[in-house]
Amino acid sequence: MEVQDFEQIFQQKIDNEIKIEPKDWMPDAYRKTNIRQISQHAHSEVVGMLPEGNWISRAPSLKRKAILLAKVQDEAGHGLYLYSAAETLGISRDEMIEQLLTGKAKYSSIFNYPTLTWADMGAIGWLVDGAAILNQVMLCRTSYGPYARAMVRICKEESFHQRQGFEVLLVLSKGTNEQKAMCQDAINRWWWPSLMMFGPKDSESTNSDLSMKWKIKRKSNDELRQNFIDMIAEQVKILGMTLPDPNLKWNEERKHYDFGEINWDEFWNVVKGNGPCNKQRLEARKKAHENGNWVREAALMYAEKRKNRTATKVA
Amino acid sequence: MKNYINKYFYGDYGEIEGGSSSSNTTEHQWPLWEIFIRSKQGLDHKHVGSLHAADAPMAIENARDVYTRRMEGISIWVVESKYITASNPDEAGELYEPAKNKIYRHPTFYQLPEEVNHM
Amino acid sequence: MQYLINYTLYLADTTLILSQRNSEWCGHGPILEQDIALTNIALDLLGQSRSLYQYAAELIGNNATEDSLAYLRNEREFKNLLLVELPNTDWAQTIVKQFYFSIYQLYLFQQLQQHSNTHIAAIAEKAIKEIMYHARWSSEWVIRLGDGTTESHGRMLNAIDELKNYTNEMFIPTAYEVEMNIDLKLIQQQWNEKVNNIFEEATLLFPNKTFSQTGGKTGTHTEHLGYILAEMQYLQRSYPNAQW
Repeated sequence: MEVQDFEQIFQQKIDNEIKIEPKDWMPDAYRKTNIRQISQHAHSEVVGMLPEGNWISRAPSLKRKAILLAKVQDEAGHGLYLYSAAETLGISRDEMIEQLLTGKAKYSSIFNYPTLTWADMGAIGWLVDGAAILNQVMLCRTSYGPYARAMVRICKEESFHQRQGFEVLLVLSKGTNEQKAMCQDAINRWWWPSLMMFGPKDSESTNSDLSMKWKIKRKSNDELRQNFIDMIAEQVKILGMTLPDPNLKWNEERKHYDFGEINWDEFWNVVKGNGPCNKQRLEARKKAHENGNWVREAALMYAEKRKNRTATKVA
Repeated sequence: MKNYINKYFYGDYGEIEGGSSSSNTTEHQWPLWEIFIRSKQGLDHKHVGSLHAADAPMAIENARDVYTRRMEGISIWVVESKYITASNPDEAGELYEPAKNKIYRHPTFYQLPEEVNHM
Repeated sequence: MQYLINYTLYLADTTLILSQRNSEWCGHGPILEQDIALTNIALDLLGQSRSLYQYAAELIGNNATEDSLAYLRNEREFKNLLLVELPNTDWAQTIVKQFYFSIYQLYLFQQLQQHSNTHIAAIAEKAIKEIMYHARWSSEWVIRLGDGTTESHGRMLNAIDELKNYTNEMFIPTAYEVEMNIDLKLIQQQWNEKVNNIFEEATLLFPNKTFSQTGGKTGTHTEHLGYILAEMQYLQRSYPNAQW
């Protein structure tokens, strides 16, 4: 068979909603695109532990502390599931981590924004996780089997994340004047960055066409962004808060909310490393990895010793 | 199938980005393990994913912490990924197609009178 | 009654502060799998402290809650062991701290399970399986690091040395422990045996002559506790009476 035939069979499977599995033939570009997307997704989970981890020690009640700790831990788990999915494509976790630490691989820019007050824990859960979930629900049906299965597991676990975030804000919105102000301030700061999470406009996105054809992605950036805005614009009313966009209003004709222009200059700058916390986040990951070197080495060495001892005993 | 078609890309993402493609760290990483979990008594162990661990006892404990945080399991199997042999998808035809011709193995193949149809 | 309150707070404070220290690793662990493992332990300890604070609050009355006890008492009122408030220096030291405490907690809670106070017995009963796992997990890491590489062995020696003056406090009874009728002599004996066994397997040696730093149980702490509380309690202190 020629490469073209393989490609044809491959595309037929995709078109017929048959999942692609690790040992199946796949075009190089499909493999690369998946490795890139899955590993970036994994990095985002792991780097995403940092802004929220920042508040674990200061959570205002023991209940909130337990919830936040469990949530940040879940993110470690999600990173792990995703690294494992990427590993089925023939890249090792160490290589992926190296790409993250050397700046070759990206992660979601949202995590380069700082968490300044407790209300940010609520805003992240509600807006950032809310935006992520739209993307993730779509990815549960992505064409690469291991990725889709990891996403199903993640979506199941993720379901409490957005709810707890909204609940944090709900309590603040009913609290003292200071708490209400804290709540509105967090929404103001996280609103635009969370819209940026869906990526550039469709007219400017480079990878989208092929990703759609291969059903890695199933909805466009703009479609997902619009879904998100329509959902949040309604939910914010329950909080009695506002979204910081004077142009946000319901469009009866489109049956969608219209919204203002995103600051794409800021978006590209944060992507390029000029965000408020880019350096700090990467430094934290580097430090954790480097400080962990001797621990990982020691565990390997001990495993080796034990194996040899058992072997000697048997002989 | 020709070899080049089935090529695995180690670190190809780095190549795209203009960086070097591989590192020597891989040999030092904890091996990968496949995790199987019995969700409740009476059911089979089912593959749930993988993780890294230095040895088998650690793999069991890591699986406990990673894959049973929400009471998903009561028993864990671990096996180092390199010991899994998988069938080749290109041989799927010869392996699985022949079973399709043996419809008489299925109970629905047999038409019985109404009175005994729940047999 | 006061002794029972003090004792319950001693256990609650100790588990909370160790949880607080362990959770500092969340997002910074040596590998994802172990980041998750240590966070699980932090969550277990936090859960234990909450049960204990809730019981203490019940005993105290006066609208006390788990949060008023954790967030509105000061440095001199906290009764946790000094051992658990010491800052994390590296993974080895965190492991040794957890190991020392888990082994102690295991034998202690075995006794508490049989305690005449049914509330305390029930809390101990509920926690004991978690503690058994912590003891197992930390023992394995002690062995792994002690008998691992030259570097890990060296780091374990440092950790043992750093912590050597902070283990006896567990076994020196305060007045409220005496009233609780806990056989600390027995626990110390069991603890020594277990620690020595694990250390032997880890090719490590438990220091036989140590000085005893004490005071945590009665509210005289190291300088570190003040910072832990300043951080932990900041929101409750800044916004009195707010709900979160």
